[in-house]
Amino acid sequence: MSVVEVLAKTRGGRRLHWTDYAAYAYLAIGVVLMFGPVVWLALSSFKTQAGLLEFPPTLLPMSQKEVVVQGYDKPLPLFRVKLPDGTTKVMGQARRIGLQAQMVDPADPAKRVNVAIDQREPVREMAFATSNYTEPLRRFDFLRYLGNSVFVTIVATIITLLINSMAAFALSIYEFPGRNAAMVTIIGTLMIPITVILVPVYLVVTSLGLINSLWAVILPGAATPTGVFLLRQYMMTLPRDLIEAARMDKASEWQIYARIVLPLSLPALAVLAIFSVMWRWNEFLWPLAVLTKSESYTLQIGLNSFQGELQVQWHYLLAMTMLTLLPVSLVFVFLQRFITTGIANTGMK
Amino acid sequence: LAAASDQEDVSAAAGLASGLWTTFVKLVDVPMRRLQALIGQRNMPYMFLLPNLAFFGVFVFLPLAINVWFSVTGGSALFLGQRPYVGSQQYAYLFDCGSYLDPSSCREDRFWRGVQNTLVFTFFQVTMMVLFALVTALVLNMKIRGRGFFRAVYFFPVLLSPVVVALIWKWILQRDGLINAGLTSLGGQKILFFVDPSWAMFWAVFVSIWAHMGFYTLILLAGLQGIPADLYEAAEMDATPAMRVLWRITLPLLWPNLMVVIVLSLIKAVQTFDEVFVLTGGGPGSATLLIVQYIYDTAFANQVQNFGLASAASVVLGVVLFLLTLIQIGLSQRGKTA
Repeated sequence: MSVVEVLAKTRGGRRLHWTDYAAYAYLAIGVVLMFGPVVWLALSSFKTQAGLLEFPPTLLPMSQKEVVVQGYDKPLPLFRVKLPDGTTKVMGQARRIGLQAQMVDPADPAKRVNVAIDQREPVREMAFATSNYTEPLRRFDFLRYLGNSVFVTIVATIITLLINSMAAFALSIYEFPGRNAAMVTIIGTLMIPITVILVPVYLVVTSLGLINSLWAVILPGAATPTGVFLLRQYMMTLPRDLIEAARMDKASEWQIYARIVLPLSLPALAVLAIFSVMWRWNEFLWPLAVLTKSESYTLQIGLNSFQGELQVQWHYLLAMTMLTLLPVSLVFVFLQRFITTGIANTGMK
Repeated sequence: LAAASDQEDVSAAAGLASGLWTTFVKLVDVPMRRLQALIGQRNMPYMFLLPNLAFFGVFVFLPLAINVWFSVTGGSALFLGQRPYVGSQQYAYLFDCGSYLDPSSCREDRFWRGVQNTLVFTFFQVTMMVLFALVTALVLNMKIRGRGFFRAVYFFPVLLSPVVVALIWKWILQRDGLINAGLTSLGGQKILFFVDPSWAMFWAVFVSIWAHMGFYTLILLAGLQGIPADLYEAAEMDATPAMRVLWRITLPLLWPNLMVVIVLSLIKAVQTFDEVFVLTGGGPGSATLLIVQYIYDTAFANQVQNFGLASAASVVLGVVLFLLTLIQIGLSQRGKTA
């Protein structure tokens, strides 16, 4: 079966209707629109500074070939030159004066030819400017930002998993006075996003002496109503006789939580962990308000300040953007099905 | 071989993690047993709730109260003791307007520009995004090949950070960028998108839709797949036209999900900050200044930090969000009982 035949057969095995063609056309445009910008970023991030300034831009990262010629300190840019006698030859450009360029034959450095600049064309090859990636690592504090982001993401996720699962455990396994009130209180915090309490949380964090500390980013968002809700729904489905049996064996309540309920809740914990990593890695407004010293910047804040400072240094900025995007993309490639079903089931992001 | 050693690494890491966890559980068990003996098993659930509620208390409920206090005090001091009580002065200042339809007639014109821009932004962002998410979900729900792939492609931008999203588009939209290359190759003129107020707002809405559409598509797709297949089979037996199936079966049954998506995206849109802030910085002038950026600027970025005014503005925003959330809860409750 040819590719076209495979594509032309729908799942039901019926013939293709015009609506199917329309659907595929719509989806194809969607792929270009949703994925194209990221591909464009990836390609652009390997272009040299000069390559980025070119207009119209080239699709692939191209750069002009250069050649080392005896008698010249710097490598000379190579051009394909149309000589006065009608032949073309690849030559290096020694200098350019106005509309004239002085060209040198690399094989015969002593001979120079003057040609009009519109009689020559640059010789180009595909070249990946990996220095876009390596240089910022040395010149800026990129590694520190990366480290800060990794620290915030990991520590915050561990705290979130621990305290939210403890609360979910209490709310799902026990019957106790005030349970519904506690549940309503926790769900009620959904109505109070950080955008509404930005200034007072800043005061609280300042009072705790945490300004410019990564803990100021980690702590305020550690308890999440969605996390408690997600874990509680899952724990409610666990069989109760296991817990009763453990109590008979004189297990403490802490052991029941840590040794029985948590291991059984691993699927729900994994979903919450993925969400927490996504939230923390991408968080912006709150860190922006609370981190003012560049030593404590996270990746997102560092990237934002790059684009403020280096208005023209797109070659570094694009490479750094690529590096910031990469971990999330890798997670997505491996856990895509897991993430999408998790979101479809819980309706949270 | 490489894969095998990778697996060994993973299992070694998992082993280490579970070892650490076991030790941690044992260490914590000693004080927890004491505690349980002291207060009794009956009261243990409160201990499990305590950390979470303490976090909510310190970082949500206490700030909520402080917020109101901030909004009725003046001065530029951060600590409450140093702030003089001014009553409703901050609110009066915010709402001092010649005409609410004309921000330039207001004393705090940036606030009202923020309100106006947020209304425009929210209207277009929510209507266009829900429309495209719905169409995309309907298409993805057809019997097509590669559904998993297409679903993943539409969802991918949702995971990207707002800063990355904004920088990707800033690069594409810049003066010598991809869009302008396309325009000039078609014989057009370059457009400075971030200098023209209407274009800046257009791209703010566009980029925001690009970044978030996949999330709502996913929720709608889950809703569509929950519609019983026998309804469609019955319609097929009766040879019902496709449009009629859409209007009479699909959309009515999807309505509860659609309402949730609309209200949820409204709540998010009103709070938009990140991607628009990085993309346009609120500019040109204040053409794309949204309400959350106004709060951020007023409290943290302006020369004089005006915490009182920022708090008053965020109380106003909070009331709007509260009403929207009540609507959402009402809708999802009705969806459950129906």
